[in-house]
Amino acid sequence: MSATDLIRFSAADMAAKLAAGEITSVQLVQAHLDRIAAVDGGDRGVNAFLHVNAEEALAVAADVDARRAAGEELHELAGVPIAVKDLIVTKGQPTTAGSKILEGWMSPYDATVVKKLRAARMPILGKTNLDEFAMGSSTEHSAYGPTRNPWDLDRIPGGSGGGSAAAVAAFEAPLALGTDTGGSIRQPGAVTGTVGVKPTYGAVSRYGAIAMASSLDQIGPVSRTVLDSALLQEVIGGHDPFDSTSLTDPSTGLADAARLGNVAGMKIGIIKELHGEGYQAGVENRFNESLELLRGAGAEIIEVSCPNFGYALGAYYLIMPSEASSNLAKFDGVRFGLRTLPTEGPLTIERVMGATRAAGFGDEVKRRIILGTYALSAGYYDAYYGSAQKVRTLIQRDFAAAFAQVDVLISPTAPTTAFKLGEKLNDPLAMYLNDVATIPANMAGVPGLTLPGGLADEDGLPVGIQLLAPAREDARLYRVGAVLESLLEAQWGGPILDQAPPLAESVVEPVETAAKEAK
Amino acid sequence: MSVDTILSFDEAMEKYDPVLGFEVHVELNTKTKMFSSAPNEFGDEPNTNVNEVCLGLPGVLPVVNKKAVESSILIGLALNCKIAEHCTFARKQYFYPDTPKNFQTSQYEDPICYDGWLDIELEDGTVFRVEIERAHMEEDAGKLTHMGGATGRIQGADFSLVDYNRSGVPLVEIVTKPIEGAGSRAPELAKAYVAAVREIVKNLGVSDAKMERGNVRCDANVSLRPHGQEKFGTRTETKNVNSLRAVENAVKFEIQRHAAVLDSGVLITQETRHWHEDTKSTTSGRPKSDADDYRYFPEPDLVPIVTTAEWVEELRSRLPEPPAERRKRLQSDWGYTDLEFRDVVNAGLMDEIEETVAAGASAAAARKWWMGEIARRAKVADVDPAALGVTPAVVVEIEKLIAAGSINDKLARQVLDGVLEGEGTPAEVVAKRGLAVVSDDGALQTAIDEALAAQPDVAEKIRGGKVQAVGAIVGGVMKATRGQADAGRVRELILKTLGVEG
Repeated sequence: MSATDLIRFSAADMAAKLAAGEITSVQLVQAHLDRIAAVDGGDRGVNAFLHVNAEEALAVAADVDARRAAGEELHELAGVPIAVKDLIVTKGQPTTAGSKILEGWMSPYDATVVKKLRAARMPILGKTNLDEFAMGSSTEHSAYGPTRNPWDLDRIPGGSGGGSAAAVAAFEAPLALGTDTGGSIRQPGAVTGTVGVKPTYGAVSRYGAIAMASSLDQIGPVSRTVLDSALLQEVIGGHDPFDSTSLTDPSTGLADAARLGNVAGMKIGIIKELHGEGYQAGVENRFNESLELLRGAGAEIIEVSCPNFGYALGAYYLIMPSEASSNLAKFDGVRFGLRTLPTEGPLTIERVMGATRAAGFGDEVKRRIILGTYALSAGYYDAYYGSAQKVRTLIQRDFAAAFAQVDVLISPTAPTTAFKLGEKLNDPLAMYLNDVATIPANMAGVPGLTLPGGLADEDGLPVGIQLLAPAREDARLYRVGAVLESLLEAQWGGPILDQAPPLAESVVEPVETAAKEAK
Repeated sequence: MSVDTILSFDEAMEKYDPVLGFEVHVELNTKTKMFSSAPNEFGDEPNTNVNEVCLGLPGVLPVVNKKAVESSILIGLALNCKIAEHCTFARKQYFYPDTPKNFQTSQYEDPICYDGWLDIELEDGTVFRVEIERAHMEEDAGKLTHMGGATGRIQGADFSLVDYNRSGVPLVEIVTKPIEGAGSRAPELAKAYVAAVREIVKNLGVSDAKMERGNVRCDANVSLRPHGQEKFGTRTETKNVNSLRAVENAVKFEIQRHAAVLDSGVLITQETRHWHEDTKSTTSGRPKSDADDYRYFPEPDLVPIVTTAEWVEELRSRLPEPPAERRKRLQSDWGYTDLEFRDVVNAGLMDEIEETVAAGASAAAARKWWMGEIARRAKVADVDPAALGVTPAVVVEIEKLIAAGSINDKLARQVLDGVLEGEGTPAEVVAKRGLAVVSDDGALQTAIDEALAAQPDVAEKIRGGKVQAVGAIVGGVMKATRGQADAGRVRELILKTLGVEG
């Protein structure tokens, strides 16, 4: 079996082949390291990875192979490699959050989800690129250069988790972890033709995810198939005593739901406010096509209205920066990370903090800190933060009313396909509008999944379909998502990524060295 | 440092009416910190009792310490507060390097305890009710030490050292309502209030309550208004006044300083003040206005705390007797005079005497030993009597030895010395030092016979009826037995030997 074949399998198939002894984890990890070395670096590279963790990943793989050879019972995904968004702290690898202010910072502790990956013996390939502190929808706000969309290297891979989505789309990793505060898993999934899930708030521990907006952030899976995301969410989910907002529900039954294979009799709601005007024609077409397929599979499609979703974006851009301004206060150059001294004037603690934050944070981060600081200020709090919280309650009520009528909701994930690098960089509002369909789920804490819905007619780029379920009903997403995925793939004659143009592989030095020096 | 003009206290009182307010911070003695599993231990090597949570490293989340919540409720109940059924935490935001997250996790709009009161008994028995506004939970900051520079403050320091061992230690902040009507007793009330709070938290066992370690810290607010005026004057807040005497002195000083400022026609600047023990005065800190903007908002990483009635009642059942009531009960049980009892309280020996009485000693004997020999030795050793090393059991055993006639008072003092020198229990000291009263009649008879033989003329006088002369023979016997004889028994035996009726 060639290395090219290996990397194109789904994670579930890799796991099956490992279990059957057809391949080894070392082969699998090496194939991915080779792929990273071939497509990630250079001027026209994908730039999905900020750090490649070759040595440790190969060691974990060798250990898994040895244990398997010794007949040890292993986790289903043991030996299947994974990439981790660089917002999630890891021992032994730097964690930068895509920011200069954390360049080279080594966490002394592992995030809970990373501990769970290690417990399952999944080799960690490295850390993926993101908009600085997960603030952005294009990964262009990374301090370490943008990630490119594997479908078109001149286009954005979405954000903030463009690195994780692009790594999976470019076959640099079968699985990745993302974080989703307003769409950072789902919107990159939509524009790269991959699957991504924002679980119910609290279903996956946030301990060790560098916080942007604590009440909205959620770690979730990134993959190429719905089943793979289900398998990964089962690994990383469940209660964590280190996260007070973590739910007590066990993280089970998700893969079973993905394997169920029917939607007959299910009620699926189209959200009136989340399609039509403002949505690209090709996006709208693929969305309608998916509705037809679900209808054909026996689901009942109903239109529901969520009238307050129109206020979601505005409220989000008050709550998120408010929390972010507070969460990012700790980055001050005193205890860890970058420290910059003022070039002139007296050397006081305030001025060192100021100089550090001025030099270490990028424009988008500064923009949000300033917005949030303002929104929380005395005299403005009620009008801004207070009102936004009220809107949040209204959005939750809209969801409650909708889920009283239907089992899941459906919408396009993003209003457009991937845009060109640089196109919206100087227009923050246009950038923010990418998340108009994904933000309501974060505001209400409900789970959302994106899966590829085909390619837009006008540009041949991937379109994402979003499914939303009530809180703690993540299984419904996997059930419906897997059915829609198989119906669509039957139409396409295979996975959507088979239609992606091949990436030019730079033929390079011996692979192991290349992997280590990829960044 | 400019020296402020002050008015005499009496003159200040003639012209103005003081209004007080206190914020007392109590450090809880939980095993771990408020929001992390790092140890809550005082005095360890700096920056050793820390983990990623109390260092505020990227990615961490807080988890509330249940024991700290229980301690907070206990304090609230002891202060006659209502306990919130539902309360939340909030972030108080300011950039300062003693707070690793650059915000303090505290409570803001909905404290766990609110609307309480505490009756404060002044020295002359006057009872003054202090209303409690709230008692809320929060975390302590790290400890900064500023090196170099003239002011000992972060501005102008060459560098600053920080110890995050204290960062995240659970605190309960007890805030009073404005205290009006104390008049010239304001400084005394201030001291008595802080002493009462300290006694309560110590009694509850929720804090080590050592002011010198900062377990109990007081910020004292003072304002003055002309007599008859209802509106409060502008206040100052004197920070971290760390002894009871300092609380009294700081309030007194601020009253005198305010009065002088107001007399000169100048407005009081609303600000924090720093108390200086050496000069017994305060200096200006930072301006503080009600509009200080800490950008409070609900802590999104923590879920609300819900207190059920069952839980609160279970905690209430754990409350010890309130200190004031306990004092009344003990004085009555022991039958001490007011003066005797106050001396015991002032010596800090109430607990020891209570334990000694409980262990079987009479109240009079317990007081005699603790306020006498033990207190005297403690003074010589410059330690608290309770810390000298004498236990209630030792006092009880010595008393029993005296009652049994095994030792007398003089020997008992030597026994105490032996115990303090680590020679064992009182009985062991008696045995080792050979201190037992000689009660063997045979041994005594020999000594008596010898004493009579040595003083035949005295013996003759006694035989002749001069019984009072027996003292000389008794003295001889006591000398021969190195004081270890029971003088009464010796007298009996002498008279019997000489055939004289006593």
